[in-house]
Amino acid sequence: MTADVSLGDQSPPELVQLLTPEGERVEHPDYDIDLSDEELKGLYRDLVLVRRVDLEAVALQRQGELGLWASLLGQEAAQVGSGRALTDADMAFPTYREHGVAWCRKVDPVQLLGMFRGVNHGGWDPVEHNFHLYTIVIGSQTLHAVGYAMGIQRDGAESAAIAYFGDGATSQGDVNEAFIWASVFNAPVVFFCQNNQWAISEPLEKQTRIPLYRRAAGFGFPGVRVDGNDVLACLAVTRKALADARSGQGPSMIEAFTYRMGAHTTSDDPTRYRVADELESWKLKDPIERVKAYLSKNGIADQAYFAEIDAEADELGRDLRRRCLAMPDPQPLAIFDHVYNEPHALLAEEREQFAAYLNSFEEGAR
Amino acid sequence: MTTLTLAKALNMGLRKAMEDDPKVLIMGEDIGKLGGVFRVTDGLQKDFGEDRVIDTPLAESGIIGTAIGLAIRGYRPVCEIQFDGFVFPAADQIITQLAKMPLRSLGKLKLPVVVRIPCGGGIGAVEHHSESPEAYFTHTAGLRVVACSNPVDAYTMIQQAVRSDDPVIFFEPKRRYWDKADVDTSPAATWHPFDAARIAKPGADLTMLAWGPMVKTALLAAGAAAEEGRDVEVIDLRSLNPVDLPLVIESVRRTGRCVIVHEAPVYSGLGGELAARITEQCFYHLEAPVLRVGGFSTPYPPSRLEEHYLPDLDRVLDAVDRAFGY
Ligand SMILES: Cc1ncc(C[n+]2csc(CCOP(=O)(O)OP(=O)(O)O)c2C)c(N)n1
Ligand SMILES: [Mg+2]
Repeated sequence: MTADVSLGDQSPPELVQLLTPEGERVEHPDYDIDLSDEELKGLYRDLVLVRRVDLEAVALQRQGELGLWASLLGQEAAQVGSGRALTDADMAFPTYREHGVAWCRKVDPVQLLGMFRGVNHGGWDPVEHNFHLYTIVIGSQTLHAVGYAMGIQRDGAESAAIAYFGDGATSQGDVNEAFIWASVFNAPVVFFCQNNQWAISEPLEKQTRIPLYRRAAGFGFPGVRVDGNDVLACLAVTRKALADARSGQGPSMIEAFTYRMGAHTTSDDPTRYRVADELESWKLKDPIERVKAYLSKNGIADQAYFAEIDAEADELGRDLRRRCLAMPDPQPLAIFDHVYNEPHALLAEEREQFAAYLNSFEEGAR
Repeated sequence: MTTLTLAKALNMGLRKAMEDDPKVLIMGEDIGKLGGVFRVTDGLQKDFGEDRVIDTPLAESGIIGTAIGLAIRGYRPVCEIQFDGFVFPAADQIITQLAKMPLRSLGKLKLPVVVRIPCGGGIGAVEHHSESPEAYFTHTAGLRVVACSNPVDAYTMIQQAVRSDDPVIFFEPKRRYWDKADVDTSPAATWHPFDAARIAKPGADLTMLAWGPMVKTALLAAGAAAEEGRDVEVIDLRSLNPVDLPLVIESVRRTGRCVIVHEAPVYSGLGGELAARITEQCFYHLEAPVLRVGGFSTPYPPSRLEEHYLPDLDRVLDAVDRAFGY
């Protein structure tokens, strides 16, 4: 029941790429990046460690230690590339899948597990890390990012905000309102959309008839599609977008073209709605393999280095598991904590009654 | 008789509704190939096609807003909201449009839209997946609000909701989706009236009101109370707006005591409205004040604390004890 697109840019979508899946460096007229060997090795390390954190979390969920996990498998480059483009003063607003960005913002991975284990609703200090709490309600955070950016603007500060969201989220009213606000106020915000091709079981066609990055033009700011599995391209493109935002040139949108290699979450069964061929073709575009190939081919890193990183990853995984298992269950009365910042009579009364109720069992047992 | 889970009973009820009336459409996120995250619409898209079982873009306001348009055009959309916490982006369309448009049209427009919402906690989920938002909707005139508690009601009530010419907010108790019961799906079966409450267990000493996921808890509590010689009557309210007050009032006048149980916070919850009405109409029959058991005045807690937040057998029995203490 869909008609042909008859308006707008009809040219084939462009894709910014700086490193091919085979690990070849390619040039792009608008985006260049010159990284030292140490920086390149650092990106590789980030990618491997972040994937390891994710794998461990999936395993922990399988063993009943987490209630749920949303895997970032396949999206490491989009997250590390954009995450490493941020300066300390920039502020990031994630969805629930940005474990790689969290890593770049120096959030201890064990803190990511809290909400998935069900011991809290978000365990890190958003101010300390300039990394906001995970947002589950699709799209809400994009408006928060714009408001934050409007604050930066009013403070005359040299920083920017970045909003993460998915392909599915682009359908939400909030996200479209965020685009409008950012545009009208020329807010220093970057909209970073990870198009992983799926919103749970719904493929991209259920959300859009045009490439997502082209939506930006209609709202009045630039949009670009980048190879989301190419960490160099993601870094370069996000750096430029952030620099533009910081220097008063307003918002822009980046569509990181990538693929959700795993299930939507550990509760999902993708065999019900997608074919294995698709997955196989994206395996050839793995974000880590191409960096590894580039590093070896150019003599930047050798087997010893890769082994060292693997060992570090294993230790990180073991440590994460240990600390996850050691996470204490919250005390029942914690239900009443932090609901308000100021005293609240009704809550205080309920808390007291519930404490007495809990006590009655202990006394009964004595 | 067929043994069905509550989810399957809904599925079969929806299938029947679609067979009976070609104007019935189903729309929502992930309801097609996936069959919904709880599989309530499993297989329906395969059998009725993508024009009648519509995987929508990810936008709840859009789902309800377009359902209203389809209804104006003569369709009967059944909308699935994936989880309770995600109905709020659609709250504007539900409250400002769906609930009020029939009145504004002086009855010329009927909006037979059903909004299905899996509700309640107890499944160990993350934030926004365990809430009980019924009071927001019972507070909104123009909406019928119902909650099924078991497979038999699930099968019949979903069909009654689809047939209703009023908008219906249809709550499904998500932690009971896998509960099983024998359901008579034959055309000869007699259906309980849509608006009527039901005495789920008769009793003489105390009336316990519950709906949705709490009916099972109330029945278990009644069983435990019986061991202490207390004969508790459990009423499954089923319809939350309108409420079957005559049945409730008759029961409380008979028993003289009433405990209301719901998962939603007690403060400003539906229990408050019920308690007030019962007090007004049963004042001279009451042996004790009407007591309420429910969630605290806090957001739904992280899952490792939910057993403390949700009314359980002990908390319900504690209220029963208190009702007998007056
Ligand atoms: C408002 C709202 N509606 C529905 C959901 C349920 N839900 C969780 S994730 C998801 C799909 C999101 O897809 P996308 O934006 O592409 O992000 P991805 O999960 O692919 O990273 C849905 C429908 C939700 N969390 N919030
Ligand atoms: Mg997606």
